[in-house]
Amino acid sequence: MNTVSPAAPARAAAPVSPASAAIPRLEQPEALLEAMLLIRAYELRLSEHSARSGTPGTCTAVGQEAAAVGVVSMLSADDLILTNHRSAGHLLARGADPGRMMAEVLGRRDGYCKGKSGSLHISVRELGVVLTSTIVGGELSLATGVALSQTMLGRPGIVACFFGDGAAGEGTFHESLNLAAVWKLPILYVCENNEWQAFVHRRETMVGERIAARAAPYGIASASVDGNDVEAVRAAARAASDSIRDTGRPFLLELSTYRLRGHFEPDDQAYVNAAELAAWQARDPIARMKASLLAGGGFTPGDLDGIETRVAARIDAAMAFAEASPWPDPAELLTDIYA
Amino acid sequence: MTTTTVYDAMAQALAEEMRRDARVLMFGEGVATKRADLLAEFGSARVRNTPLAEGIIAGTAVGAAATGLRPVIDLLFAPFLCYAMDELVNSAGKLRYLSGGQFDFPLVAIAMTGAGWAVGSQHNHNVEAWFAHAPGLKVVMPSNAADFKGLLKSAIRDDNPVLFFVDIGLLYQPGEVPDGETLVPLGQAAIARPGQDVTLVSYAKTVPVCLQAADALAAEGISAEVIDLRTIKPLDEAAVLTSSRRTGRVVVVHEASRTCGVGAEVAALVAEHAFDSLKAPVRRVTGPDAPPPASYPLEQAFVPSVAAVAEAARQLSAASWR
Repeated sequence: MNTVSPAAPARAAAPVSPASAAIPRLEQPEALLEAMLLIRAYELRLSEHSARSGTPGTCTAVGQEAAAVGVVSMLSADDLILTNHRSAGHLLARGADPGRMMAEVLGRRDGYCKGKSGSLHISVRELGVVLTSTIVGGELSLATGVALSQTMLGRPGIVACFFGDGAAGEGTFHESLNLAAVWKLPILYVCENNEWQAFVHRRETMVGERIAARAAPYGIASASVDGNDVEAVRAAARAASDSIRDTGRPFLLELSTYRLRGHFEPDDQAYVNAAELAAWQARDPIARMKASLLAGGGFTPGDLDGIETRVAARIDAAMAFAEASPWPDPAELLTDIYA
Repeated sequence: MTTTTVYDAMAQALAEEMRRDARVLMFGEGVATKRADLLAEFGSARVRNTPLAEGIIAGTAVGAAATGLRPVIDLLFAPFLCYAMDELVNSAGKLRYLSGGQFDFPLVAIAMTGAGWAVGSQHNHNVEAWFAHAPGLKVVMPSNAADFKGLLKSAIRDDNPVLFFVDIGLLYQPGEVPDGETLVPLGQAAIARPGQDVTLVSYAKTVPVCLQAADALAAEGISAEVIDLRTIKPLDEAAVLTSSRRTGRVVVVHEASRTCGVGAEVAALVAEHAFDSLKAPVRRVTGPDAPPPASYPLEQAFVPSVAAVAEAARQLSAASWR
């Protein structure tokens, strides 16, 4: 592609992912566990806060932490992320500050989006979390354009697009996969199949078990792995992103996981089959990771206590920061509408 | 000045802007097929055909716009915008705001509408008011070749999402287009004909209708001013109010259906800010609240006629409540 002409204004050419220093390198098992614990603690703290204070509840991804940490930890600083309403794990794994995220959820001035997003559509440009849509499937419709920018502007990164099994029922899922295949766009489609589509179980809305099976008709490579095993997710994400970088073509990675809490807080989950919930609680990705580390030797209960203490302190500080953050000035109502 | 059609004026605008800025690209259904000249000059990366899937066309434009490109998309006929509403309204219009201003969405979505081709209401539906009601979007609907060129160029340079409606009946209308660089700013109405007694406010194909009505009225001694809004959003409120205060009589004319249309907004604007100048109630002459039909005479009956506009102006000129 031609370079930008000198006559053109330069402002929109700014990179979208400049601050690699803020993006943590998550490689060691202890770091992966800590990232997962941070996400869990963040979501549970906000849920408690919501129940206690009556502030708007969030859509959590409790039980899905291995999926988020596994994939995001395999992305490079150049890669871009699009996510959805269950985004806390993706954001925190990418290095977002839990204090600024909580401030956003509480509608405060220091939130990443100045309090205008709330929990549902948090984007963090400097971390390459470029767009977040809470319209189910919205992220799928936008990912093709982000990937088109990457290829046409000669940027190295691939585009990771996180969505659920519910979004795979939207027409735009199929439109997105088809166009990405036809235009050879570098998109890592990550379907976090958590068995629930708002208040409806996946079994009621689809024939067959696997979203990944929908990739082949579009000529897209795919894999389906245990989304509650962080190392399995990392291996699959590495293979998928290698494939995208090698071929320039999209890949659909399906992660089988489970939404252990309700659609949004508060939710008594009265509609959830107790035996199914118990079975998935027994496969809790954090409990599995802890057990695995403790069984492997070289990682002691004392080490675990240290991590949990550190995480609790970060979440305490984050909540204190958020609650101390001022409300936005009323004049903010009418800013950021137009460029 | 050179005489050219609206279609060719738009082609000039697209070529000039793509030449000027390598980030501008165009895609849509049949874009590369129908605009072979653009394809030849700018190549297949910047001029692309797409699947028949308006949602992903628009979504791709929104994602690309947020990350450094300046897409122009052709969605063919305005009713097809229904398939792209989420991407245009929920994403392009809102994600700048929801992100606290982190992203810009410089994109243009072109769609044809209006009576003239007898295509029926799934290809002809003037939906500009829907998008004017959606925050974060701009809406343009020109009436002549020079404005089509100058407004399209400005829309491509704008850092916001712009809906660019092409009135089918105007597409092959010739008009004078200035030679050289021509930019018409968004949000600026034009006085298509100056006058003293009554203001006719319109846009797109009904601007020529108003001009013909003004001719007829002039023969009767009524001097009508014709305001061409050109941009529906942002609306040039000052232009409307200045003329309304001067004449004290206002007729709003558009082809789109009446209820909650642009005419309602203009009438309310005048009532709120120029009521003390009005010598008669504001009138609307619009299409009916009906789906546009295919049958040619029925389709023509849908469009405000010269006679209906002139008659409304005549009645206002005769009326005086103060």
